[in-house]
Amino acid sequence: MESSTLFSLRLSLQVAAVATILIFAAGVPIAYLLARGVFRGREVVDVLITLPLVLPPTVTGYLLIVLLGRNGIIGGTLYRWTGWSIMFTWQAAVIASFVVALPLMVKTARAAIETVDRNLIDASATLGHSELWTVVRVTLPLAQRGIVAGLVLAFARALGEFGATLMLAGNIPGRTDTMPIAMYAAAASGDRSGANVMVLLFTAISGACLYAANRLGRRTA
Amino acid sequence: MSVRGEPAGKEDRIVGLSVSISKKLGTFSLDAEWAVDDELAVLFGYSGSGKSLTLRAVAGLLIPDRGTIELNGQILFSGDDGRVVPTQLRSIGFVFQDLALFPHMTVEENILYGGHGVSSRERQERCRDMVRRFRLTGLEHRRPVDLSGGQRQRVALARTLIRRPAALLLDEPFSALDAPLRREMRGLLREVQRELRIPVVLVTHDLTEALELADMLILYVDGRVEQCATPREVVKQPASGSVRRLISPELFQHRDKHDDNQERAASILPICCAGA
Repeated sequence: MESSTLFSLRLSLQVAAVATILIFAAGVPIAYLLARGVFRGREVVDVLITLPLVLPPTVTGYLLIVLLGRNGIIGGTLYRWTGWSIMFTWQAAVIASFVVALPLMVKTARAAIETVDRNLIDASATLGHSELWTVVRVTLPLAQRGIVAGLVLAFARALGEFGATLMLAGNIPGRTDTMPIAMYAAAASGDRSGANVMVLLFTAISGACLYAANRLGRRTA
Repeated sequence: MSVRGEPAGKEDRIVGLSVSISKKLGTFSLDAEWAVDDELAVLFGYSGSGKSLTLRAVAGLLIPDRGTIELNGQILFSGDDGRVVPTQLRSIGFVFQDLALFPHMTVEENILYGGHGVSSRERQERCRDMVRRFRLTGLEHRRPVDLSGGQRQRVALARTLIRRPAALLLDEPFSALDAPLRREMRGLLREVQRELRIPVVLVTHDLTEALELADMLILYVDGRVEQCATPREVVKQPASGSVRRLISPELFQHRDKHDDNQERAASILPICCAGA
């Protein structure tokens, strides 16, 4: 395997892993609040988080540039203060993957949390436990499989992120060319053997993720 | 409607549980008022007459629209000044109809989970006591799914009682058991009440169970309390036509096919009437 292919594979795994950790940290509380919380604008939050699932990734990428670009709403301020911009870095690939893969996690985890028997949560309260403790000891352990299934799906999606990543992180060989992007470059330049290797690798990894997510998801129900 | 002469919530009722609440849920309206001492009270009535709703309100799982709930002199709910003590601070044990044992915890973990606010050593100690008391020895490391119906009932009781609650509420906990087991559980519940001397309130729509267990029978009809009295008094002097229908033997012969209700009806009713 060529070293550039190996680099792309490693970068993809790194980006997807970091994005998945962030998705776990943000997705569990969001999923819980959407499942159990009663607050105004719940459905608006749901729509905002789910949008990247249905938007063309290029649109998501464009919106992220508007937010995080050098002249962007957040990115501009950051650039003026620190002289650093996230554009065209591997961290940008993480952000793109995070935004695009988060809804898969939130949807799956929300469904799992919603199936936890309401009586068990009430029982925990009658036994003297606060809502937070109940979440930690009862709700999340019982929704665990769904949450893990959501994470695996999100990881697979993050690994395959292409459109938004290309817009935000670009295609800089040896820096931001994740596997899907390197794959595109290889196919475009007629490098069939390189493309074939990556296709095989990718299909195997993604297939394994889906299989795992399915198995986990089935046993939740 | 008051119980034992005095209206609920007055200064002479420091001990015990008193409830006076109303709640509208869609087209159904609940309007319940009763009070019990350290005794075993049974809420009896048809399904959907508001018994379970009342119980949930006492536990804080349902917030009434108006009224007060008071336990041993402490106000748990007051519609006037909007005071609502949250469920987890009420010190009220609740046994759910489906028992609500935590499926991901072992018997021991379930019981220990109930010992909130107790030091860890004391909790271990009490847990061992509970295991012995409720004949669960040897089952400590099993999961609820691997227990029999009766064992699950005893775990639910142990988990609820390890914290030594100030009152115990049970929402048709025995409805899934067969007749002999149900009798056994009634006996156990009686013992527990005598031992702990706290208000125990049981919801049932099984007349045999109600007559056999109740120190005080609280009869629900369409969201209202029709009568509060000892079973004897209720049988001797039903407060209304609907109470008479509610406790008529013809009715409870059909209530539960698993139980030997017919014979029991014949044997219990004359006793209740004769003794009064």
